[in-house]
Amino acid sequence: MRSLGLTLLAGASMLAAACASNPPPEPTPPPVVAEAPRVAPTPPAPIPTPRPSGPAAGSKGDFAAKSTDRVYFDYDQYNLDDADRRSLATQVAWLKQFPSTRVEVQGHADERGTRDYNIALGDRRAQAVSQYLQQQGITSTRIQTISFGKDKPLDMGHDEAAWARNRNAFSNIIVEAIS
Amino acid sequence: MTARKTLIALKNGKDPMRQFKSFVIAIAAIMGMITPAAAQLRVTVVGEEYVPMRIAVPDFEADGAGAAEIAAQLSDVLRKDLASSAVFELVDKAAFIERDLSFDMAPRYPDWQVAGVAAQALIVGNVIINPANNNMTVQFRLYNVFGQTQQFARQYTVATPLNWRRLAHRVADDIFTQLTGDAGYFDSRMVFVSKTPGEDPVRGRLAIMDQDGANAEFLLAGFTSVINPRFSPTDQRILYGAYVPDPKYPGATLLRTYLYDIETGRQEVLAEGPNSMDYSARFSPDGRSIALSRAVGGNSDIYVIELARRTQRRLTNDAAIDTSPSFSPDGKMIVFVSDRGLGPQLYIMREDGAQMNCPKGGRDTTCRITFDSGRFTDPVWSPRGDWIAFSRQGDGKFSIGVIRTDGSGMRILTDGYQDESPTWSPNGRVIAFERTASRGAGPKLWSVDLTGRNLRRMPTPRDATNPTWGPLLKVEAAQQ
Repeated sequence: MRSLGLTLLAGASMLAAACASNPPPEPTPPPVVAEAPRVAPTPPAPIPTPRPSGPAAGSKGDFAAKSTDRVYFDYDQYNLDDADRRSLATQVAWLKQFPSTRVEVQGHADERGTRDYNIALGDRRAQAVSQYLQQQGITSTRIQTISFGKDKPLDMGHDEAAWARNRNAFSNIIVEAIS
Repeated sequence: MTARKTLIALKNGKDPMRQFKSFVIAIAAIMGMITPAAAQLRVTVVGEEYVPMRIAVPDFEADGAGAAEIAAQLSDVLRKDLASSAVFELVDKAAFIERDLSFDMAPRYPDWQVAGVAAQALIVGNVIINPANNNMTVQFRLYNVFGQTQQFARQYTVATPLNWRRLAHRVADDIFTQLTGDAGYFDSRMVFVSKTPGEDPVRGRLAIMDQDGANAEFLLAGFTSVINPRFSPTDQRILYGAYVPDPKYPGATLLRTYLYDIETGRQEVLAEGPNSMDYSARFSPDGRSIALSRAVGGNSDIYVIELARRTQRRLTNDAAIDTSPSFSPDGKMIVFVSDRGLGPQLYIMREDGAQMNCPKGGRDTTCRITFDSGRFTDPVWSPRGDWIAFSRQGDGKFSIGVIRTDGSGMRILTDGYQDESPTWSPNGRVIAFERTASRGAGPKLWSVDLTGRNLRRMPTPRDATNPTWGPLLKVEAAQQ
């Protein structure tokens, strides 16, 4: 199974390389397993079924599929920029569509700081998102926040790219819509 | 091999107070020559200038079944304690000339004075196990070799030889106090967060060990996401934070603040979210109150809570982050971190919130004491009151440093990839801290003395963060 999957991936990436504009990218080793779904073959023709495939409407998975569930921050910053607001608009739309849901906004900081200060910083990031959601009409009783400071990194790496990814606020659906 | 052994050593602590219960000591003075004060040996530490004192610690004599092994172990722990302070330089056993020392006879001083030995101080002791009741008595004498006098002598009796390790630390503290004039710190313990490499970084378990790394044990089976433990300066209580599942909404997380008594095993929740988040709690010097940081609506401010009545006072009210409060040893002042200036810096304020004269001039309720380009966090007021330890981030590094409480005399003590979370030894001479030695390395515990000397790794079975140094252990002492 595993070797078949890898062969398929390698084939897909070569195909992608052939279609790309100049200069052609170097042949690269197959991407990590987590990337596999992105290059999966196109789904077969839809079979008539009563339910659409994919996560159930109003579920955690549905939120992840239909909204941008994480916004990123600059070093030592907690302000939202236009890109963040566009991301949060997708969250607002989903939360309005499913008014019985509840969200926990988790604030995170990178590892280049001390623990207490990073908890405070993560709290500010979570609150920045929470307050924006409230401004857009999501009632405060549907939102709670938590700061993990530097202790729950998204990216386990230890370089600038990883730190940038780890300065974020993540919206975690804790009550799904009852279908 | 070593790693395997230490991993086994860090077992679940079923009874962390095992070695402390029934630790009743009978302390007795031992007759000897009275030394005039002027002739007393003393290492004087002034700033960074001191010359370590050469001290000889031959194995203690032994009397009674099992005493020989304990005497050898006790002498070894005693030597390691003294050497670890760097105030002493241990004379190599191979250099000893007089090898038939007797506890009841004065040593042959010239044998300890000759070049090659040149011991300034000599410790002679013995361990006696009473076959009738299994009581153990440890006696020792401290000789001033060049003054040719006995400077100090003491005798301890405990109910069981199982307590030999604590007695070794007590003897080391006595010698340290006699020869430096300062309180000791060897008979103390340290709590920290034990981390298992490769696990989710949020996972960490509360653990405790003796200050020399012995007797490492987990506390509190089941709590796996502990942060920021803080030892009471007066007893065996701990404040700590823990990320726990929200009982109301599974899948959500709360950050709770707990108060935990190691001796009784009792603990209680002091605070939990989600509407406000308390963190960074630390005891007042008398152990009756705590200062903490409370985040409400994206803003962290400092509060003081009196534990018995749970009365709360808000001390800061500023849109900036205010966190990491630490009391002065007289309880009247608090140092904390705020980013109300540019980036995090250290500020002091009165515990009653009143206006004060700031060291740099002017009157205010809060006074900034750090002004350089670094980012200052994790302040901890020394139990002696004279210095504040901190972590400073600057030039791509995180260092541990100290600064006078008026903002003068800043000294950087370490220079690491990431040094943070300092904690003072109970006598205010040594700082333990958390070090990430290089990018991606696991965090370990290290210590450095107030002068910036004697940087050393503190052994922990696994990775470790957030050291917090407890007070000198108490004993029920029966003076004879």
